[in-house]
Amino acid sequence: MAETAIVIEGLRKRYGGRRTGAAKNALDGLDLTVARASVHALLGPNGAGKTTLVRILSTLLRPDAGRVEVAGHDVVTEPGAVRRDIGLLGQHAALDEDLGGRQNLEMFGRLHHLGARRARARADELLARFELAQAGHKPVKAYSGGMRRRLDLAASLITEPEVLFLDEPTTGLDPRGRAEVWGAVRCLVGGGTTVLLTTQYLEEADQLADRVSVVDAGRVVADGTADELKAATGGDRIDVVLRDASRLDAAVARLPLSGVSVDPHRRLLSAPVTDRMAALSAVVAALGEAGIEAEDITVRRPTLDEVFLHLTDTAQHLKEEATA
Amino acid sequence: MTAYVLGDSWTMTRRELARWARQPATVVVDVAFPVMLLLMFGYLVGGGRGVEGAYVDYLVPGMLALTMAFGLEGTMIAVTQDLNKGVIDRFRSLPMADGAVLVGRSAADMLQSALSLMLLGGVGYALGWRPHGGPQGLLAAAALLLLFRFAMLWIGIHLALVAGKPEMVQAVQILVWPVGFLSNAFAGPDSMPDWLGIFVQWNPLSQTTTAVRDLSGGPGGESGHVWAAVLWPLALLAVFLPLAVTRFARPRD
Repeated sequence: MAETAIVIEGLRKRYGGRRTGAAKNALDGLDLTVARASVHALLGPNGAGKTTLVRILSTLLRPDAGRVEVAGHDVVTEPGAVRRDIGLLGQHAALDEDLGGRQNLEMFGRLHHLGARRARARADELLARFELAQAGHKPVKAYSGGMRRRLDLAASLITEPEVLFLDEPTTGLDPRGRAEVWGAVRCLVGGGTTVLLTTQYLEEADQLADRVSVVDAGRVVADGTADELKAATGGDRIDVVLRDASRLDAAVARLPLSGVSVDPHRRLLSAPVTDRMAALSAVVAALGEAGIEAEDITVRRPTLDEVFLHLTDTAQHLKEEATA
Repeated sequence: MTAYVLGDSWTMTRRELARWARQPATVVVDVAFPVMLLLMFGYLVGGGRGVEGAYVDYLVPGMLALTMAFGLEGTMIAVTQDLNKGVIDRFRSLPMADGAVLVGRSAADMLQSALSLMLLGGVGYALGWRPHGGPQGLLAAAALLLLFRFAMLWIGIHLALVAGKPEMVQAVQILVWPVGFLSNAFAGPDSMPDWLGIFVQWNPLSQTTTAVRDLSGGPGGESGHVWAAVLWPLALLAVFLPLAVTRFARPRD
């Protein structure tokens, strides 16, 4: 058995432009390798090419150029073999809304060629596992967002696939729904399934993934564990909101911080810190000494925006250096 | 994957039947609509231009054929709706036979059309329609009607795959009606201006209608149209069935 579950080399995909001439590169020479039985997150904003990539990996879309192998099979020349080994949880529920939850799972089981009896048994198993047994007979359109997502996830796990794609699995869910999906994904890990998930949330990548690739404009701009990426952006940050915007300059001068950015509209100053608790008490003390009133002080992880801006700035910088 | 064509097609047919069971009202409306048309034309319009003999014997075969033609719309709407649902992505990512989704659709539509034909024939009988061709003639007529429906079905699937968007369905609906009415379903071409009469005579719907009239011994039946009523649908199928299947199986660009 190969050590890599997904191999992508020089993948390109271009949309539109045949009539309008306004072609857009969704994927622009993307390379990616995903180790078997690992959870790999693709982190990036809307339009980065994440969904296009998942659709190509799951044989729904044809690539323009490049090599893509999933579970040892080429997605273009052996789509049938790929489809046997994958599960797909797309961005939108891929369920028959008019049918019941059990009817959906049974139908997908039959289409996986489990045979009638095993399809039925598998549907019952999955309904119980995702706490949907009570709602099994109800039509899917009567389900809540979280229930729908769980049923969708159950449908992508009918055969315990070798590779599972999750395209923004928690977008649009409330915190409870998100926790439910995270719990379900964690249960899968360790069973030998390789998971490739896309997300806009750093926290999600942090919670679930062994490795994270940051994607921007159809390319991977950074690769590493969540900790490595955050360290590259300067780790945690402290945000201080002042009562009085006119004291911002004084605060910047007096506080024991470096690399401070200031947003006068929100009366906010923000800086990277290495030791959360030490920085917090130092800032409180310095503000008290200088007699500057703060409205709010928060220590937090960098947001996706910050990681992302930092990484894309670096990528832009390198590109400019290369062309200079 | 071809080994699974039958099994997968059956699974997809069961899906449509399960949807019927969940929403019987939509099936009832679809099946009852042509009955309403028949009653309207039978009682409101009455006379029929350029027709000799009992108008009901002329009208019922026309309505049967017209119902098969209008099935194109129903198929197109159903396929368009399916294509715009998320579930189609799951079907495409499963190791199932390529054509199964479409075969399931056509099996369900053919079943519904057969029900429509029986109901419409029954209502026609109540209105006074008396077919004279015997059971063999009736069976042959039913076979021709369903063959015509099968051709309309694959045109509907192809149009849905080409148009893709629900808005396009309306445009096709607007076109289906005149093409349906520019036939001999309600009135004989002799009563029409020459240029229109030629179009009406060549309309495949007219061929099937004339053959059904012939087989059921009604007025307006002419022998020799049975071959046209077999060949027209087969020709349409030869074009649209492979087009639709390849278009569906092709991955999106």
